[in-house]
Amino acid sequence: MKLLGLLMLGAVAAFAAGDAVLIQNADIYPMNGAPLKGGSLLIQDGKIIDIGAKIVAPKGATVLDGKGLRVYPGWIDSATQLGLEEIESIRETIDTGEIGDFMPQLKALSSVNPDSEHFGVVRVNGITTAITLPEGSGGRGGGGAQLISGQAALMHTDGWTWEEMEINRSAAMVLNFPSAGGRGGRGGGGGMPADMQDMFPNAANAAGNAQRAVLDQIAKLNAFFDDARKYKTAKAANLPDFRRDLKFEAMLPVLEGKMPLAVTASRAAAIHDAIAWSEKQNVKIVILQPRDIAKAGPELKAKNIPIILGRVLALPENEDAEYDQGYTQPFEAYKAGVKFALGTFTNEFVRDLPYQAATAVAYGLPHDEALKALTINPAQIWGAGDLIGSLEKGKLADLMIVDGDPMDVRTQIRHLFIKGKEITLSNKQVRLYERYMSRQ
Amino acid sequence: MKKIILGTLLALAPLSADIIVIQNATVMTEGPQGIFKGSVVVKDGKIAEIGEKVMVPAGAIIIEAGGQYLIPGIIDCHSHIAGSGGINEGSVSVSAMVNIRDIINPDDIAIYRALAGGVTTANILHGSANSIGGQTLPLKMRWGKSAQELIFAGATPGIKFALGENPKRSGNPQGGRGAATAPVARYPATRMGVEDVIREAFNDAKGYKADWDAYDAKVAKGEHPIPPRVDLKLQALREVLENKRYVHVHCYRADEILMMIRAAEDNGFKVRTFQHVLEGYKVAKEIAAHGAGASTFSDWWAYKIEAIDAIPFNAALMTKKGVLVSLNSDDAELMRHLNTEAGKAMKYGGMNETEALAMVTINPAKQLGIDKTVGSIEVGKDADLVLYDGFPMSDFAKVQKVWIDGTQYFDRDKEIAAQATKEAEKKKLLDKEKAAQKQQPTRRPNQ
Repeated sequence: MKLLGLLMLGAVAAFAAGDAVLIQNADIYPMNGAPLKGGSLLIQDGKIIDIGAKIVAPKGATVLDGKGLRVYPGWIDSATQLGLEEIESIRETIDTGEIGDFMPQLKALSSVNPDSEHFGVVRVNGITTAITLPEGSGGRGGGGAQLISGQAALMHTDGWTWEEMEINRSAAMVLNFPSAGGRGGRGGGGGMPADMQDMFPNAANAAGNAQRAVLDQIAKLNAFFDDARKYKTAKAANLPDFRRDLKFEAMLPVLEGKMPLAVTASRAAAIHDAIAWSEKQNVKIVILQPRDIAKAGPELKAKNIPIILGRVLALPENEDAEYDQGYTQPFEAYKAGVKFALGTFTNEFVRDLPYQAATAVAYGLPHDEALKALTINPAQIWGAGDLIGSLEKGKLADLMIVDGDPMDVRTQIRHLFIKGKEITLSNKQVRLYERYMSRQ
Repeated sequence: MKKIILGTLLALAPLSADIIVIQNATVMTEGPQGIFKGSVVVKDGKIAEIGEKVMVPAGAIIIEAGGQYLIPGIIDCHSHIAGSGGINEGSVSVSAMVNIRDIINPDDIAIYRALAGGVTTANILHGSANSIGGQTLPLKMRWGKSAQELIFAGATPGIKFALGENPKRSGNPQGGRGAATAPVARYPATRMGVEDVIREAFNDAKGYKADWDAYDAKVAKGEHPIPPRVDLKLQALREVLENKRYVHVHCYRADEILMMIRAAEDNGFKVRTFQHVLEGYKVAKEIAAHGAGASTFSDWWAYKIEAIDAIPFNAALMTKKGVLVSLNSDDAELMRHLNTEAGKAMKYGGMNETEALAMVTINPAKQLGIDKTVGSIEVGKDADLVLYDGFPMSDFAKVQKVWIDGTQYFDRDKEIAAQATKEAEKKKLLDKEKAAQKQQPTRRPNQ
């Protein structure tokens, strides 16, 4: 009932962008420094105009009293299929996986359905920004395993159109790095550990075959990059018979180091191979869903390569792995000094992003580092550190006003702003709740 | 090979002691004593005394739990762990004759992981391939014990039913559109057919019961009639009609839930629990009137079309409308943090701490008919207890210790302390095996 009341208030008090909003007497957690207790934050024209101990309300500004409340930047989920997938089991609602080995010209953003119910569902839990990924490994859109699946978009979770939601339509190029075995998400199983393979000659033979297949794939990948470079040279030469090629055109920002490759690599060996490959190719990479952080950490740190960890609440990879293997991955990454952010990799889990981070805290990760993994770290990793991820003057006003620790399940969000616009804290699920609560 | 290594590495011997006193904990009893700061005394596997101040018996093991939280062992009303070789007998629409009891695998590592997540009891069910599935039973997570020793003694057995997408798809991937053309069609292919399969089965079961009742009556009169032929399928349904076996129904949509209520009422039995029941909130009134419990997910949705109207307020709404609600996992991963699933009932729908925690403790105990012995911290009940290092429904808390029947089956400190030894032992075994392999040259088939 209390929640309903709040929601109605939210609906009534929804402000349009452009209007000034002054939040007063709130504890402000900016992420780029110490919290400001009982401070003020001024929003205008979609941006944070000022933060300070006391700010005088401009004429016509709406004033929100934040007494007893806290302000945090909105969460960023670094790996989702938001807008590309509505219902996991129904192919017609899924646009994540295309056909073709090399598809760098595909853009996730322009297939994002802004009216997907998922946006409303994740928004009310504070997720204001997400990476949405074309999915290449055995994509459910109908395609098979790909090498390059297309361009991941960094976008807001609110907007009338995908253009309005866009932060960067070319935030990263998704590359499924060839590897033998290994996996990302949930579920038990996994292949035979490398240290056991030489005990089983047949398995070793199979592993040998798999390894040859991996080398073939890497050779194909290298050939594609060589061709892209030749294209770049040909284009620069401006010869009369030069023909524009959309695939290679899309590769230019990658070759120029302007767009990182988001590279899936799970096991330590695959991570090592991916890093070595990226150095040879002289391209920037972000590793998606790595496991084996204890092993891979030193190299990731030495090479300054950021990672996007998958779900913290995930089963251990092998039957005899420690029961808390998934829970301790973020702490392992922190201890290794690796820059990391969190991704949920499945739309269903996006709204639980802060709770996944809280689990990492229970198993060793410092509380502040967990907050950073959902805010400023991903903003910087995805090249938007000057726009989002912290509460600073001049940044977009993506923020939430909450009544407690934002990673605690008991905490409620009282107000939510995306690009300075107050977002109604309702969605399809809240509407169904209200409707059926009223059934006599 | 792998199994042998695991057995050696992971079978940390459970510690039992006659008397344990857990003191200075915040005790969330889920019983008449509510929430208090104090102690719990465990004796002979049962809870012997609880209170702010207790008499510490001589020779008791003292667990100092200042700043920590003690809750009843978590009960998962819907799990598929510890079943070996698959849990779906999909070849027939009514598989009431198969029984989980026959396929319990006590070595499933998921048992230990569930234990490490505070689960002490789980209801193990078949899959959802059949309109009427197999026989189910609750297990205690007594890791290291035999299959027989995992069984929850004295619990009323159950049977799984399934409605909606899964049973209609299992027999016919074309759904309701191509039933006649599917190469091997298995009835039913629609929700209409699912209802009919259930009604036909109970029609048969009632006839079967009548035959046996007539036989029993004659025997009681001292006659010597020829007994009816035993039918293992109908026998299980006869037990349902005689209230000796609980019906747990996998369901999603409001229409099929209501259909099941009416089909049960028409045939003279009660649904014990609706499982998943994601649209239960739409027919909460009818579920409450029927007297069924509801065991749902906290916030899973959109993974299939029948999950599209799922709302995270489902558990709270049904509770407010008078339904006995539990939260279950249906998944070996989710099973490890049902405590925080309960926490979501506080966020979505404003349940208080006691109401929320009840959804993974006393409520599932009631739904499974085992609340006389488990589900709350009360004198005389089994000492199934979980100690957390913080507020137990927050993700910031982790399980420290778990007891079942007063025996400690999980201890995080010991788990961590044993890691190095386990690694060393694993390496030693692997090295030994590798050395043995080298002595035996690999045999290759003749070219």
